[in-house]
Amino acid sequence: MTTPRTLFEKLWSAHAVVRRDDGNTLLWVDRHLVHEGSHHAFAKLKTRGQKVARPGLTFAVVDHYAPTRAGVVDPDVARMIKTLGDNARAHDVTLFDLKDPEQGIVHVIGPELGLTLPGLQVNCGDSHTSTHGAFGALAFGVGATEVAHILATQTVWQAQPRTMRITVGGALGAGVTAKDLALHWIAKLGADGARGHAIEYAGAVIRGLSMQGRMTLCNLSIEGGARLGLIAPDEVTFDYLEGRRFAPKGADLARAVDDWAALKSDADAEFEREEYIDAADIAPTVTWGTSPEEALPISATIPDPAASAPGKSAAIRASLDYMGLTPGTPINSIPIDQVFIGSCTNGRIEDLRMAAKVLAGRRARVPGLISPGSAKVKRQAEAEGLALIFTEAGLEWANSGCSMCVGMNGDEVLAGKRCASSTNRNFKGRQGRGARTHLMSPAMVAAAAVTGHLTDVRPLLEGRL
Amino acid sequence: MNGWQIHDGVAVALAAENVDTDQLIPARFMSTPRSQGYGQFLLHDMRQDDPDHVLNHATATVLVARRNFGSGSSREAAVYALRDFGIRAVFAPSFGDIFSGNAVNNGLLPARLSDEKIEALLSDLAGGPADVRIDLVAGTARIAGRDARFELDPVSLEKLKNGWDDIDLTAQHSGAIDAFFDARKSRHGWIMPAG
Ligand code: SF4
Repeated sequence: MTTPRTLFEKLWSAHAVVRRDDGNTLLWVDRHLVHEGSHHAFAKLKTRGQKVARPGLTFAVVDHYAPTRAGVVDPDVARMIKTLGDNARAHDVTLFDLKDPEQGIVHVIGPELGLTLPGLQVNCGDSHTSTHGAFGALAFGVGATEVAHILATQTVWQAQPRTMRITVGGALGAGVTAKDLALHWIAKLGADGARGHAIEYAGAVIRGLSMQGRMTLCNLSIEGGARLGLIAPDEVTFDYLEGRRFAPKGADLARAVDDWAALKSDADAEFEREEYIDAADIAPTVTWGTSPEEALPISATIPDPAASAPGKSAAIRASLDYMGLTPGTPINSIPIDQVFIGSCTNGRIEDLRMAAKVLAGRRARVPGLISPGSAKVKRQAEAEGLALIFTEAGLEWANSGCSMCVGMNGDEVLAGKRCASSTNRNFKGRQGRGARTHLMSPAMVAAAAVTGHLTDVRPLLEGRL
Repeated sequence: MNGWQIHDGVAVALAAENVDTDQLIPARFMSTPRSQGYGQFLLHDMRQDDPDHVLNHATATVLVARRNFGSGSSREAAVYALRDFGIRAVFAPSFGDIFSGNAVNNGLLPARLSDEKIEALLSDLAGGPADVRIDLVAGTARIAGRDARFELDPVSLEKLKNGWDDIDLTAQHSGAIDAFFDARKSRHGWIMPAG
């Protein structure tokens, strides 16, 4: 009998080219996705006089600096986009540039195009590469030195992370989403709670999530410190992939599905760490501070630093100071200045549908921007009438890109302004210098837009789900 | 990259937790070519908002910080900012995983110490910078007269010590890599992008 193995262990050994005695493994990379941030890595390749080893497995996309609104493009932004294009052309790498109908955020288009498949290893110089684990792919972010290494060799050296399973039982309530689940577990275990671990998400709730919900959950694994997130593929996964541009077709697909069906943890496989979450405990959740772990149910009040241990209380005080909040304030009374819906966490069609359910026939009390995760999501949202709902609510409908998630393209939240955001990081200065970010689900962002303050979306969804 | 074993320098306290890479280098500076030097961007907004910030006055080579240092974005620019500023090591109870890898790839030591040790060092350094000596191979440091034994995985130690560049190391495996790819393709034809 062979030792029972976890899904992660199966994927790891399937990609191991060389195992060194010191514990480092050389892993084969099936798909390498690059964006504008790869300029350091391409520069390194150039100094070494090397070419991309496997251009057919490398895909480039403009997203971080993509302008999403009409107007003059900043010369720095234009140069970053041009550099990516020049590098892609010089190395014969497929490029999805601004005008491409398949352009979008790298973690949205990878799955959308069927580049991401179960059993593959997907790497990208971006921490939210964990998103692709939703398909049962071994997917993790790397830094520029490693991007250069992958470009040059199609492999990457890694120390093997420890295994961890988060089982989610029960059922999510109406209006409670994968985003709330993610913020809930990160608040519970901490922003470094899963450091050094590969998380497999399991349980009835995970099986019940759509591919989009699974992607949101795996995407946020990194915010809990995990090296990567994983969900075993199933019919939901296979259905999603059928007909995608780069996914296998016909007899190839049938063979692939046979292989994919084996991608799950064996029944008695042991995990080094196990956590259990009851979905019934999860309410719509928002962040109040400057780390994703600083999250609470919408019905809670702002914590009091005086009630915490010294190190912790200093951190809470610093967060509240930056966020301009007072201990004891009910979270659902906090007024906001603006909203943003988009990003690789929550910029997919389902996210926009949920937001539209809340916004239909209502007006936003604050300004806001909606940037779909890809050009395809944009077309679909327009065809379904969602874009019209947003603009009739008074919100701005933009092109696809990372946009206000990171502000590199100029879509920024101004200093001191408070933004309800469907993104993934509430770090100091993340959405712009001095910007105050509250993370939440797209539905919760829509609810905040309608009322002008942080609010529980559930009453606003009554009769609309 | 050059390897190193002993570092004599100056340690300062950065008494914050979750110092993420967005703080280490705000996104708006990341289009700058490395040749212009990234040291000026290190903790840019924090330093500008606080003119008394210790990094505005001391020539630091070592930082002591609280848990989850370098969490968040994979931007290696955060490490470039630290290195170009002159930082050789960061001591903290925990680091973001991607940050640790990036650090080691650029000769920066991410050394782990217990929470208690870090708190003790932070109070030692509260009054200002202090001398530090790091012995990488021994896994020890003397900071402000206090001895500490830090944790570092053996792979990172070897890389820092030797200043290895992975691309050169991997070149010796190119035969194995090609054979692996051929075997993978013939066993699972579907792994190649269709169309
Ligand atoms: S949307 Fe935000 S988190 Fe996602 S890849 Fe872009 S910048 Fe990174």
